[in-house]
Amino acid sequence: MKYQLEIQNITKSYGDLKANDDISLSIKPASIHALLGENGAGKSTLVKVIYGSLQPDSGQMQWCGEGYSPKSPFEAREQGIAMVFQHFSLFESLTVAENIILGLDDIGLETDFTEQITKFSKQYGLNINPQQVVGDLSVGARQRVEIIRCLMQNPKLLIMDEPTSVLTPQEVTDLFVTLRKLAEDGCAILYISHKLEEVRQICSHATILRGGKLVQNCNPQDHSKQEIAEMMIGKKLIQLARSNITTGQDIFSINNLSRKSDDMFGVDLHDISLTIKKGSIVGIAGVAGNGQDELMQLLIGEVEAPEETLVFKGENIGGLNSHQRRQLSMFFIPEERLGHGAVPDMGLHENMLLSRPEKSEMTHYGVINWNNVEKLTQQVIDDFKVQTQSSKMQAKSLSGGNLQKFMVGRELIQNPELLIVSQPTWGVDAGSENNIHQALIALADQGSAILIISQDLDEILTLCEQIHVLSEGSLSAAVDMKDNGLEKISHLMLGSEQQ
Amino acid sequence: MIRLIPRTEPSKAMIFLSPLLALVLTALTAFFIFTFILTDIEVSSVFFTLFVEPLIDTYYISELLVKAAPLIMIALGLSIGFRAGVWNIGAEGQYVIGGITGGAVGLYFYNVEGFWLIPLMSIAAILGGMLYAGIAAFLKTKFQVNEILVTLMLTYVAVLFLSAMLQGPMRNPSGFNFPESRLFHDSALLPIIWQGTRLNVGLIVAIMLSFLTWFGIKKHLSGLQIKISGSAPRAAKFAGFDDKQTIWFSLLISGGVAGLAGLFEAIGPAGQITPGLPQFYGFTAIIVAFLARLHPIAIIFSSLLIALTYLGGENVQIYFNLPSSITNIFQGMLLFYFLACDILIQYKIVLFKTVQQRL
Repeated sequence: MKYQLEIQNITKSYGDLKANDDISLSIKPASIHALLGENGAGKSTLVKVIYGSLQPDSGQMQWCGEGYSPKSPFEAREQGIAMVFQHFSLFESLTVAENIILGLDDIGLETDFTEQITKFSKQYGLNINPQQVVGDLSVGARQRVEIIRCLMQNPKLLIMDEPTSVLTPQEVTDLFVTLRKLAEDGCAILYISHKLEEVRQICSHATILRGGKLVQNCNPQDHSKQEIAEMMIGKKLIQLARSNITTGQDIFSINNLSRKSDDMFGVDLHDISLTIKKGSIVGIAGVAGNGQDELMQLLIGEVEAPEETLVFKGENIGGLNSHQRRQLSMFFIPEERLGHGAVPDMGLHENMLLSRPEKSEMTHYGVINWNNVEKLTQQVIDDFKVQTQSSKMQAKSLSGGNLQKFMVGRELIQNPELLIVSQPTWGVDAGSENNIHQALIALADQGSAILIISQDLDEILTLCEQIHVLSEGSLSAAVDMKDNGLEKISHLMLGSEQQ
Repeated sequence: MIRLIPRTEPSKAMIFLSPLLALVLTALTAFFIFTFILTDIEVSSVFFTLFVEPLIDTYYISELLVKAAPLIMIALGLSIGFRAGVWNIGAEGQYVIGGITGGAVGLYFYNVEGFWLIPLMSIAAILGGMLYAGIAAFLKTKFQVNEILVTLMLTYVAVLFLSAMLQGPMRNPSGFNFPESRLFHDSALLPIIWQGTRLNVGLIVAIMLSFLTWFGIKKHLSGLQIKISGSAPRAAKFAGFDDKQTIWFSLLISGGVAGLAGLFEAIGPAGQITPGLPQFYGFTAIIVAFLARLHPIAIIFSSLLIALTYLGGENVQIYFNLPSSITNIFQGMLLFYFLACDILIQYKIVLFKTVQQRL
């Protein structure tokens, strides 16, 4: 059988680190092939080699049976390889058609592509209006623009990097329809993702990498999600389950909180209300940019809220700053690790002091007790298995997953009665994700309340008993999951766009 | 194409060596200037006057310390603000105002004896400096006015205010209409700690302040607050630090110590308030602070180094008839080379050919 692309024994090192170590894989024409692995497993390096932005140290590639060694992405595109990146590169002030034209090699602005765009959009169900300005489009629509841009080059292989991480469930379903049609028409697709359920749905082959090495080539449909995840991380995952869901009385409530954003491009929050009981995990789902950042700032206390709109343990806390809120046993984990939850160029021990309730005895009248700080930092590192050479390592030197474990540990070690966390496992590998989820469940089992704001719907569905959806600055009531819950959430996530 | 690429790990040794390297490069450049441009002056004797003479003569050593004291104090204050990303460029103005307010108290109690007088004058000087820097803090926190412009421009206002004072209320009644104050009486003058020289307790205060600042930065939350506000403002908010408070704090501290330094100059080496009170210490202290990488103890050493260029510069002016700007040239070169060395510690230069690449 002739392969579309064959990769043989590719090795690429950065200094001592072998990012790709003797990797081989073959992609059949008209197939959807998954490339799986944790962060740092070598997926991006391999893709860069295929797309011509990196040259391998050794190994060969065959394209349609002929030798292939692209020196630049331009050469790769000439051969018929196209890529949709995780972060889009579109000009917001230009129209769809203009953006598509700008993305093409060797074509001037005068040509009119409207017809061709419409043709692709009909053929593959990529619903898009060529004359619309990109700035007005939703994330899903922007992705469709990127896909059409790739299709203009008649690709034989389409590389998609984490395509569903920003989409609503409905948009994911639509995307899969498109991808299947593309494959039927003979285009091979290399699908990079860490969402294993999706991979099992649409991919017929999977290549799993770990630590730069090839672990297995398999058919993902033959294995369970758990098995694939364990192949990726190389160890057993612990099943997540709440041991006791016993919710007590109300501990925290948001009452009719509205706020106009200070930022021109920010989202205004409208009349948000929510109640959390002791021992419960509450989730706020929603696509990024629908007011999550603005809400989180108010919850942390970085932006002052009207006194009575936030009530914790019967006390109005809207006017308190984050430090004062921590004294009451409210703790926070923001989404952005470097620069928000941690200072990049300070050591872990110094970062420990960002969250310093009096009872932790890290400071006494403002004088820092470095001994205690050191002890607590070490405890966080040990308890949460943060991989670091010492407690004095700069925060920026840790990998995303390790830093996230540190930040989660830093707050959990204070035994919060309420933990508010945004995107707890964003950009974190499967093993760390498992650890973090376990830790959150354990906290709730003890009777603490947790509020999770996340774009990862799987995460919210796994952890939360009470789910709300944030869309364009408005928060839905708790969604009743008994009766077609997922569909309701999906509908709410799309917000007014669909109404 | 030349490109600067961040080094993965800056060399530890170079971090300590770079100030010395800057010094050597400055000396080398001076060597070239005197060998090829100012050819009529003998290089070796200029170098002796510049760098060696101030270090072998007790008079010069004492003068070195006299000059270093105000530099240490002002640079300490500035370093706190610079850590927080608050750029007080007008320490010179706060220094002058401190000299005026503190000096005014001394002149008001003219010929009154008492151990309380100098502390009282010091408080007045600190408050004066704080008040003056507070203008910039108020404008920045209230209206987001850039503190660099405000502090810098207020410096010129302060100098003009000084001459107005010296031609009016503070003028010596029996001073033949010269724009100078009375000479301070003994109780208002700083005690001398090295008999026969002008060296006074100002140096001790400066060194004590260095250690106090070091303690604050290392051991106190306010040090951490300043550091975080400067390098990661969002993290500072997350930690519950108030950014406006940081701005007020750093401007008031730097203004206060600059004011105190101004008073110490007036009641120390000068002995009276004259139009010559502003001596550019406020600006030079910026160089001092950066040469020390904002480290409070290192500031003591960089102050001594800069004081050396002051003295050496003055001496070559006198002996070789060179213009006074020679001091500024040396100080400028020193900072320039130092910053250049620092860039090369953090980054490496990569030369690469442009590959024909169409992306």
